[in-house]
Amino acid sequence: MLIEQLINGITLGSIYAIVALGFTLVFGVLGIINMAHGEIFMFGAFIGVVVTATFKGPLWLAFLAAILVTAAMGYMLERFALRPLRSKQGVSHLAPLISTIGVSILLENLSHHLFGPGNHPFRASFAEISFQIGSITVYLVQIVIFIISVLLMYALSFWLGKTKAGKALRATAENLETASLLGVDVKRTITMTVIIASAMGGIAGILVGMAFNSVTPQMGLSIGLKGLAIIILGGMGNVKGAMAGGLILGLAETFVVVYGNSGYKDAIAFVAIIVILLIRPQGLFGQKISA
Amino acid sequence: MLKVSGISAFYGRIQVLKNIGLEVAEGSIVTILGANGAGKTTTMKTISGLLKPQQGSIEFQGEEVKGLRPDQLLRKGIALVPEGRQILSGMTVLENLEMGAYHRKDNEIDRDIKAIMGRFPILEERQKQLGGTLSGGQQQMLAIARAILSKPKLLLLDEPSMGLAPLVVADIFKIIKEINEAGTTVLLVEQNARQALRISDYGYVLETGKIVAEGSAHELLNDPRIMEAYLGRKSS
Repeated sequence: MLIEQLINGITLGSIYAIVALGFTLVFGVLGIINMAHGEIFMFGAFIGVVVTATFKGPLWLAFLAAILVTAAMGYMLERFALRPLRSKQGVSHLAPLISTIGVSILLENLSHHLFGPGNHPFRASFAEISFQIGSITVYLVQIVIFIISVLLMYALSFWLGKTKAGKALRATAENLETASLLGVDVKRTITMTVIIASAMGGIAGILVGMAFNSVTPQMGLSIGLKGLAIIILGGMGNVKGAMAGGLILGLAETFVVVYGNSGYKDAIAFVAIIVILLIRPQGLFGQKISA
Repeated sequence: MLKVSGISAFYGRIQVLKNIGLEVAEGSIVTILGANGAGKTTTMKTISGLLKPQQGSIEFQGEEVKGLRPDQLLRKGIALVPEGRQILSGMTVLENLEMGAYHRKDNEIDRDIKAIMGRFPILEERQKQLGGTLSGGQQQMLAIARAILSKPKLLLLDEPSMGLAPLVVADIFKIIKEINEAGTTVLLVEQNARQALRISDYGYVLETGKIVAEGSAHELLNDPRIMEAYLGRKSS
């Protein structure tokens, strides 16, 4: 029982971590909260439903389609909702935030229109496959989610730490002017960051669709708020913090359901975050701002 | 090599550069002197592409480069070590150096990084440390080393001696002279007028956004008015 719940918690947590990574990348580079991230995530989930349930396509095709669609949405978000605000003088620093909220509302309504309201199930047969290890029941879906999440986090860490493009992104995140003086095409780096973050959101969307077998146009908002809470918990713009914060929230939610009351799931998880932030206001991995 | 003429720049409505003109000959060291707020940093930011001038022209190697972005200018051979050094504090010393060679596509980057670490042993020793953990002088060396790795034709240095101990300052000026002797043209902005002029060929004096005097470093060092205004008391 305990181990099963642990597996559930880790599965949920690794999905949260991927959502939070999308937030944290964009925040790190642009210094803004991308409120449309949750809706891009939701579109990823819907693309998964359309490919697997409507067209009876294979799972890999669903992933591919979701990555392409959400990456394109990321490009359009940057090109039409964020970049025009950056090049103008005298724009309020809240303007990009409001702009992304606008995009999130647009996307939610668009999905209502395209896919219809209510719950859309994923292809059920896949979700039912499970096997027994001793007394523990493990679902194949959970293993797939866990493996994809770990691979994705590992790939992102490697990319940021070892590749030229990843280092350029970190330099841009730290200081836009310095990065451009070092020869980084800052505009391209920003665009690439928003695209990668959005594609990660799309992948997370499919994973959630697989895990809960339920996709609705409203799912973006709640996951968006959780992603936001996680990056505040982990330290804004911090990659490790997003991963750790995601796992903490996933485990906390799962154990509240098991040992407490599922009605208080979100409340207790968020209270835990508030407590941690009271002790470490800069987040788990964030650094105190020093002169 | 660099010819700036008639540059005017504004911060909002305030005009900070008024019709600035200056020239930097290939192979030379040129210094811009001036008090705080005279427009020295703005001049450097304008030449390096961080700021766009409203008027005037900036010619580099006979080509108009006004309006290009800093990353485009770096590819043409203009590198700026900005005021306050601007080390990437969350990246290691080695990563900072690698970022210096970011735009290069040749195969000699690793060799050049090794060579630069040979010149600055402290950077080799601390290569795995985060840039932000270095002292001010070490950060300045890192900033200069990083700029050298981009293989610039023209190196812009904005107050490299700022906030450093006198012994370290002497070292920094020695390094600048070395870089110049190795074939890089240098445009230097300094408050430390005497030491800057000693290694320079030519100098300009900037006052409230205008060039008020210019001359060979020797002339400026021996001009009593400039001595009084910018060099302070004559030291031994």
